[in-house]
Amino acid sequence: MIINHPLLGPRDAAEFVHLGDASLIDRPNWQAEDAAAQFLDYAYMRDNPAGELRELWYHEQGDRSWLVVTRNTLTHEISSVELARDVALARGRDR
Amino acid sequence: MHYSAFRIFKEGLTGNKGWKPVWREPEPKAEYDIVIIGGGGHGLSTAYYLAKEHGLTNIAVLEKGWIGSGNVGRNTTIIRSNYMLPGNQPFYELSMKLWEGLEQDFNYNAMVSQRSILNLFHSDPQRDAFVRRANAMLMSGADAELASAEDLRKELPFLDFDNARFPIKGGLFQRRGGTVRHDAVAWGYARGADSRGVDILQNCEVTGFDIEGGTVCGVQTSRGPIRAKKIAMCVAGSSGRVAAMAGMRLPIESHVLQAFVTEGLKPTLPGVITFGAGHFYVSQSDKGGLVFGGDIDGYNSYAQRGNLPVVEDVCEGGMAIMPMIGRARLLRSWGGLMDMSMDGSPFIDATHIEGLYFNGGWCYGGFKATPASGFCYAHLLAMGTPHPVATQMRLDRFKTGSLIDEKGVGNQPNLH
Amino acid sequence: MSQSNRIDGGLIDRSQTLSFTFNGKAMQGHPGDTLASALLANGQRLVGRSFKYHRPRGIFTAGSEEPNALVQLRKGAHQEPNTRATTVELFRGLEATSQNHRGSLNFDIMAANDLLAPWLSAGFYYKTFMWPKAFWEKVYEPFIRASAGLGALSKVEDPDTYDKGFLHCDLLVIGAGPAGLSAALAAGRSGARVILADEDFTPGGRLNAETLEVDGMAGSGWAAEAITELASMDNVRIMPRATVYGAYDHGIYGALERMTDHLANADGKPRQVLWRIYSKRALLTAGATERPIAFPMNDRPGVMLAGAVRAYANRFGVAPGKRVAVFTNNDDGWRTATDLAAKGVEITAVIDTRETDAQASIPRASIVMGGRVVDTAGRKGLTSITLANGQTIPTDCLAVSGGWSPNVHLTCHQRGRPGWREDIAAFVPSGDLPPGMSVAGAANGTLTLSAALNEGRAQANEAVKDLGFAASRKAPPKAEDEARETSAFWHVAEGKRRAWLDLQNDVTVKDVKQSHAEGFRSVEHLKRYTTLGMATDQGKTANIPALAIMAEQTGKTIPETGTTIFRPPYTPVPIGALAGRSRGKDFRPYRLTPSHKWAEENGATFVETGNWLRAQWFARPGEQGWRDSVDREVEMTRASVGICDVTTLGKIDIQGRDAAEFLNKIYANGFAKLPVGKVRYGLMLREDGICYDDGTTARLAENHFVMTTTTANAVLVFRRMEFARQCLWPNLDVHMISVTDGWAQYAVAGPNSRKLLAKIVDDFDISNDVFPFMGCAELTVCGGTPARLFRISFSGELAYEIAVPARYGRCDDPGADAGGRGIRRDPLWHRSAWRDADRKGPRGG
Repeated sequence: MIINHPLLGPRDAAEFVHLGDASLIDRPNWQAEDAAAQFLDYAYMRDNPAGELRELWYHEQGDRSWLVVTRNTLTHEISSVELARDVALARGRDR
Repeated sequence: MHYSAFRIFKEGLTGNKGWKPVWREPEPKAEYDIVIIGGGGHGLSTAYYLAKEHGLTNIAVLEKGWIGSGNVGRNTTIIRSNYMLPGNQPFYELSMKLWEGLEQDFNYNAMVSQRSILNLFHSDPQRDAFVRRANAMLMSGADAELASAEDLRKELPFLDFDNARFPIKGGLFQRRGGTVRHDAVAWGYARGADSRGVDILQNCEVTGFDIEGGTVCGVQTSRGPIRAKKIAMCVAGSSGRVAAMAGMRLPIESHVLQAFVTEGLKPTLPGVITFGAGHFYVSQSDKGGLVFGGDIDGYNSYAQRGNLPVVEDVCEGGMAIMPMIGRARLLRSWGGLMDMSMDGSPFIDATHIEGLYFNGGWCYGGFKATPASGFCYAHLLAMGTPHPVATQMRLDRFKTGSLIDEKGVGNQPNLH
Repeated sequence: MSQSNRIDGGLIDRSQTLSFTFNGKAMQGHPGDTLASALLANGQRLVGRSFKYHRPRGIFTAGSEEPNALVQLRKGAHQEPNTRATTVELFRGLEATSQNHRGSLNFDIMAANDLLAPWLSAGFYYKTFMWPKAFWEKVYEPFIRASAGLGALSKVEDPDTYDKGFLHCDLLVIGAGPAGLSAALAAGRSGARVILADEDFTPGGRLNAETLEVDGMAGSGWAAEAITELASMDNVRIMPRATVYGAYDHGIYGALERMTDHLANADGKPRQVLWRIYSKRALLTAGATERPIAFPMNDRPGVMLAGAVRAYANRFGVAPGKRVAVFTNNDDGWRTATDLAAKGVEITAVIDTRETDAQASIPRASIVMGGRVVDTAGRKGLTSITLANGQTIPTDCLAVSGGWSPNVHLTCHQRGRPGWREDIAAFVPSGDLPPGMSVAGAANGTLTLSAALNEGRAQANEAVKDLGFAASRKAPPKAEDEARETSAFWHVAEGKRRAWLDLQNDVTVKDVKQSHAEGFRSVEHLKRYTTLGMATDQGKTANIPALAIMAEQTGKTIPETGTTIFRPPYTPVPIGALAGRSRGKDFRPYRLTPSHKWAEENGATFVETGNWLRAQWFARPGEQGWRDSVDREVEMTRASVGICDVTTLGKIDIQGRDAAEFLNKIYANGFAKLPVGKVRYGLMLREDGICYDDGTTARLAENHFVMTTTTANAVLVFRRMEFARQCLWPNLDVHMISVTDGWAQYAVAGPNSRKLLAKIVDDFDISNDVFPFMGCAELTVCGGTPARLFRISFSGELAYEIAVPARYGRCDDPGADAGGRGIRRDPLWHRSAWRDADRKGPRGG
């Protein structure tokens, strides 16, 4: 597979490491009342769609960017690639 | 029809015209006691043991394509019971015992061949880990045998003892491990279940569940609605898709595992051999092909095909331990769907929906589990309680912290 | 043996003679021959034995689809089993032997299996061999294994080397037949970067095998001129002997190029190169494969595909028989009769299954329209055929044509399914092609020459236009465009004897019918139950007739019946090539610590830790095993001082205004208040609360930390920290870099450790008061070498860790560098005290 890195251009997927669903960006607040339930869901449960999946890849043999790749799990077609940091900021993650 | 050498002799004399279908092709009934979704190895063995062990025969197995078209028809055929954790090992040992009597039990030669499985180790810490595992195996009633590098040099002289990047320090044998003719397992169970009255419905795809007030009462299928008192999912690889129709999210991701076979060769490998410092396992089929595999591709996929980096990685692993296979040619590669669970271990459990049961999460190790999976799932469906060797294979184990994590790598499916 | 079957013409170089042996018998051929054509030239008809019944078999095809003519090539460690004689380029001194027989090829005692055939029908082994229980592994299975299999491996290391390479192009053209050449010319002229790959050693495809003309010249001549023009273009790479074996995601194709297989001696060059081709577009012009008709006793040596018979005559100057008959269900089969007759070969008969008019008049040949072959004779080579009308025709070669099947394989590697075209009775590529791929020529079902040339050019032009190149305006080459009618005739129903479908695996029409009777009716069940199409040729010639017969049985159409799944590779690829150079000591790189050489010279025993080699202990003369050495090292450390290279531990340099806050978040214990100049032990947890990694982190300055991790988890911890930085807390001002290899780090432990270190540090007070437990500092040693010193201990002793830039850490003797005269010193590398801390993923902690 080829991942079109937003900063570096097309790169072989073999340069990357795959982590999983991009929902891992939405880490729950550990101080919330129902933090245990939220973490159970966050850590273990997955939508696992047969179709478009937004997922995290890490350019380990490259610039060490984390990327959010939108890829179809039935066809492997990649429709968009974003820097995960941008996605995280857009989802309201801060510090 | 009972199979025997005499039957073959008789049919041979009469032009092989008397053979009957191995299973019927019935029309779906409107209602069954139990509907099993998935005509793979696990679904068919579940039906077989429900009929044989529990006398329940008003059962249908629904298969969206042809039976055995999932991972039972597409794997590296290895059987073993060399796990370590108490949540796993007794279960796999039960499976091994069922394999050992399977052919006489269902009167079908699935070619269970206990040719042994060998896990090579390459360092002292690995040896320690294998010793520990061997002890766990012995405690569950399985066999285990530690071999030194010298022992292996005598038994498997073709391994690379002298020029290996990761020198072979020894290995853990399970002599009762081996291989099975995978397709025949599905056919044998189908034949056994069918002859006891189970309806095997091919080309019957489930398109939805009928759930009323938290209780499941039937399924919609491509061959019409079917009512049932109990519905048992058994679709590892596609668990996500099927469970989603019941509104369930699972601690599972679908991944692709590739496997490979070479052209036929005269006898070369005596048993199953696995590499401890790379991911590679290999055996030789009765037809002569070297059947081998390695790691999953590592990304979520339902595509049933993989990519080149893993193909090359697996072959590198093979050449690293047995450089004699360089001139053997890879004939065919294929990719199967894996239910990769969050701790690398499976589920056999009731769901939160009354009457709906779940069997899945077999990662890349479901084939060897086929008999015990069906045996324990049948027990759960018939008795309402988990079989004693499958009590930990619960869907809620992440909530309670009772993980069965053989590798100890945590909640990242592609690391298991 | 003389080349008794040579006839005039062909693309072979008769000025040179190549001698070779088959089963030890000396034979001769010419450059341009394949082993198969040379064997036929020498009159060798029997070349192998089938898989199950050990039936005598001859050459069946002239290409990579060959099911029968598998030989073992070369000798000793170079022995290469299951090699298709039809694709082996002849070289001087070639040694080939036949395989899969016990006794000689002529007298194979395993042929007794054939007499038992009624009892060895499809799937017989699933129904027996179960009693007594223990006999399966002890008696039945060993016997089955010994009689199955084909060729043998040498069981010694493959002596050849294999390389890997990466290529990029705008357009990859797969197959250099008429459509491929026409496409490559068009794309090449447009300026696009083109790769033209072909499995054959002479590009041209069927142009070399037919007598068709292009632009008024012989097809093979036109192909040669096209190659000359393409070779003159800097933007075109021509790759003969290169099989594109798989279509992978995003335009990546796998290709195997055979570099030295056609040479007697590789001279140290790599045998083969495995290419990964990154293409923007790909054009599949892989041609079509002729399929046989099943009829009773159709497996004898001398029964061949009609197109292959033509290829041997036209391309190789060989008549596969003295008296050739043709059995066809289509017009194309007639070409074999006319071509061979034109070359003076006697055509005894043309039998056409259709009740139409004869396509040609062939002198002296009986023409039988609506005819069928119902039996053959000649155990080790065809001697006669018998027709449904009772006529028996003496013949030693029967050319069979059942029509042509487009080579759709690569179009289906991404789970696409082919569609059925009734007019040519064949599966053709359907709409769901791999992205970026198009298909032209015979591979697309375009079976006439002019149309194939045009389609190749048009598809190439479309592809390069898509990529922004101006399409070439040059007119397409001119050639005939006569339609060739075919019919869907799959097997002869008359006759009681066996009719083979899969020649290699011995699957017959009866087996397919039995498979149906037993309920194995899906094509996938058919394949798995009968082993149809599972041989080394993957059923390239057998599958379509077989599924047509299954369709007849079930009453479904052929497209409803469908095909099995096409999977890579297109033709088999050696495992050695797929592994490339990653084998032996080069399987994975070594990571060596700065003191490695010193440790080696001082008798260290090393342990593999990931890719690292770490010294475990240093044996001294007289010591009786590891325990003696380890005890001495421990006692030395307890009594005086020991030094240990701990460079393998992960080291991460962390900087930024929010570095402290960041560490506070990723460790389970607090780090925000760690004072500058201090070190703290830290514990990392997974998201599920289970202990994941541990190590120490030192605060070198307000905004500067250096962390250590375990050796095993160094990469994973860094990965997670980058995840935390980029995905969880993207607004923290923190940056990090792995410095594991940048710093050499030694632990110095024992009551004399301070005394030892005092000798090397420059102007820095390491007394307990000034530099207490858990202190850290940046300083210089040995007269100006920058260093970091940590007062940390993993062994309970008074201990330090000292780090210097890796280039200064390669001391030949750490003790000597430390100026340790007068202090008892000894290398310490007994790691047992730290093992638990170092091990990957402490479980359940």
